[in-house]
Amino acid sequence: MPEDKTIQELGLDEYKFGFRDPEEYFFKTPRKGIDAEIVAMISKHKNEPEWMLEYRLKALESFFEKPTPQWGGDLSELDFDEIYYYIRPMENQGRTWDDVPDDIKNTFEKLGIPQAERETLAGVGAQYESEVVYHSLKEEWDKAGVVFMDMDSGLREHEDIVREYFGTIIPADDNKFSALNSAVWSGGSFVYVPPGVHIDIPLQAYFRINAENMGQFERTLIIADEGSSVHYIEGCTAPTYTSNSLHSAVVELIAKPNARIRYSTIQNWSHNTYNLVTKRAVAEENATVEWVDGNLGSKLTMKYPAVYLMGEGARGEILSVAYAGDGQHQDAGGKVVHAAPNTSSLITSKSISKGTGRSTYRGLLKVHEGAVNSKSRVECDALLLDENARTDTYPYIEIEEKKVNTEHEATVSKVGEDQLFYLMSRGLSEEAAMAMVVNGFIEPIAKELPLEYAIELNRLIQLEMEGSVG
Amino acid sequence: MLKIEGLRAEIDGQEILKGLDLEVGKGEIHAIMGPNGSGKSTLSNVLMGHPRYEVTGGAITFMGEDVFELEADERAKLGMFLAFQYPSEVPGVSVANFLRTAVNSVREEELSPMAMYKLIQEKMKIMQMDPKFAERYLNEGFSGGEKKRNEILQMLMLEPKLAIMDETDSGLDIDALQVVAKGVNELRGPEFSAVIITHYQRILRYIEPDHVHVMLDGRIVTSGGKELALELEDKGYDYVRQEFGAGTQS
Ligand SMILES: Nc1ncnc2c1ncn2[C@@H]1O[C@H](COP(=O)(O)OP(=O)(O)OP(=O)(O)O)[C@@H](O)[C@H]1O
Ligand SMILES: [Mg+2]
Repeated sequence: MPEDKTIQELGLDEYKFGFRDPEEYFFKTPRKGIDAEIVAMISKHKNEPEWMLEYRLKALESFFEKPTPQWGGDLSELDFDEIYYYIRPMENQGRTWDDVPDDIKNTFEKLGIPQAERETLAGVGAQYESEVVYHSLKEEWDKAGVVFMDMDSGLREHEDIVREYFGTIIPADDNKFSALNSAVWSGGSFVYVPPGVHIDIPLQAYFRINAENMGQFERTLIIADEGSSVHYIEGCTAPTYTSNSLHSAVVELIAKPNARIRYSTIQNWSHNTYNLVTKRAVAEENATVEWVDGNLGSKLTMKYPAVYLMGEGARGEILSVAYAGDGQHQDAGGKVVHAAPNTSSLITSKSISKGTGRSTYRGLLKVHEGAVNSKSRVECDALLLDENARTDTYPYIEIEEKKVNTEHEATVSKVGEDQLFYLMSRGLSEEAAMAMVVNGFIEPIAKELPLEYAIELNRLIQLEMEGSVG
Repeated sequence: MLKIEGLRAEIDGQEILKGLDLEVGKGEIHAIMGPNGSGKSTLSNVLMGHPRYEVTGGAITFMGEDVFELEADERAKLGMFLAFQYPSEVPGVSVANFLRTAVNSVREEELSPMAMYKLIQEKMKIMQMDPKFAERYLNEGFSGGEKKRNEILQMLMLEPKLAIMDETDSGLDIDALQVVAKGVNELRGPEFSAVIITHYQRILRYIEPDHVHVMLDGRIVTSGGKELALELEDKGYDYVRQEFGAGTQS
């Protein structure tokens, strides 16, 4: 596709990131589907240590053993044999932006990277298909001992740390998709923040699927050592194809005592991507972990970021917003486990459904015996934009301790005729009025994001809604 | 400016407006009074184009245009404004953000952020509103009186040619009433007309109407000058019903 053609000219304007590049790759697995041979090929190609190959192969067995989940969304059309599990777009990772091949560079430039890096980020990673094609970390953070690199480099350069933590928060056999990721993982980020270092501007990773029938299995591990803090942001897109893609990431976070990790995601997958992600964090004594999760696009998203509050005084917060348009299912929520005294958690989930879109809140709140004086609050609000849209709530609560304080609140609202009329009587078009109500609805989450991302989130939702008013 | 002829409208199959006539000239202030349920809010909503009402007869022209062809936002752009009896709440949307969007929607050219900021400050001052209201979410948790002030603030920002005020004075304390009246008088001039719907002649002391109409059962049954408001307050609606109710029954 010629680079100067606009998206509108290509007729893909309903999904802005639907453009695609020609598929020219340095290496691609010779066939679709997955077996031990493919897994070994990936590992060999990456020149990995033996233990990682063994880890992958064992995970592959779990993947085969575990049945496809029957709860949540409809996975019946997801065919594991129709997916390419590993594609390496270029031989070596770019050190500078100039090293990145033009077509890939153009893709990321269209997506607004690296302008954002120059202005507001401490570091950037960009993953294209299976590999991270570009990575940078500003010098001051490098000097402070911060490690921010792709997971493969992390394994090479910090094998001891990786070996110590990899898969400890999310074991390979946790679920079918964590098993799959553990078998074929590639790319993702490895972050280590030394004790007491506060990275005051975000690190960002960007994930782009380009090839048809592609599976992207990035693997991220973030360790914030004692008293440190970091904000990590990820953004994701894929082009529009007729057949399905799969994105199945595993993200593990470890917040050591008094550390703070905020992990923000704005996912905007094309409408035929299965987005099945396992995200889990451990918060030690007085540590704080926050997941801020925006789920747009995809055919089906199943994602329930979790925080395990393991140390006294730990705090966990999960803020999520999901938008389910026609034919989409967003099955999202959060999970908090209180395993120590004086821990606190807050889950705020907001979903918007339109047309035949369906959003589900699925959450688990668990308080172990002995987690005295724990406080927890779950709030899920659903907004329906029209009559057909659907929303369900499955809040599971297991409490083994008496001295706790838990609150749960769920609301479902429809955009009211009177509300729209009120706004329209002030000159707003029906679309603008609808967008204003929706933006107001997600405001509590948008305001937790850095300004540019909040604007981006609002804009993306607006794009998704365009032409939806009738 | 505004011409309503034989207007009939229903909601959920129930006819509420039953052949209403009203003409409002440029620069005129009209007051409409009438008992509860007589159809005053229905008239306001129909004038502004609420989709829930079905117009079954008659005509409304505003500045020579047939408004039935227009959506509410298009009517707003033509210069119509409705101050709601019960304004909606829009959580998460700040008053300032809303005002910016509204003003830029009705204007041909967008106002610069600086000019907008100044305009908001200036108009809030007239309405004696605390500047922190600009950052509050639209009508959320506002007291009754605060909502009404906020309606008039919007009117000042949008500078309509015709304002319909549906019981803007209800529930206001004396000070707030004066502030609201001041807001309306701010716009008063040869280019500004208003229809003030009220139950009390109190507000009409501050905003002097050129004409007063009495609405009963979906129709304007009698009209007069400002003295009619006083007379009504004296004699009550039973008097009006006796005088005009039976004779206009169709
Ligand atoms: N959905 C509906 N179905 C049937 N009747 C309705 C419906 N909505 C309103 N009405 C009726 O329409 C009539 C006129 O209502 P409207 O609100 O216009 O009166 P109003 O003159 O503004 O009264 P008030 O002085 O109390 O504000 C009332 O009798 C009301 O009950
Ligand atoms: Mg009324």
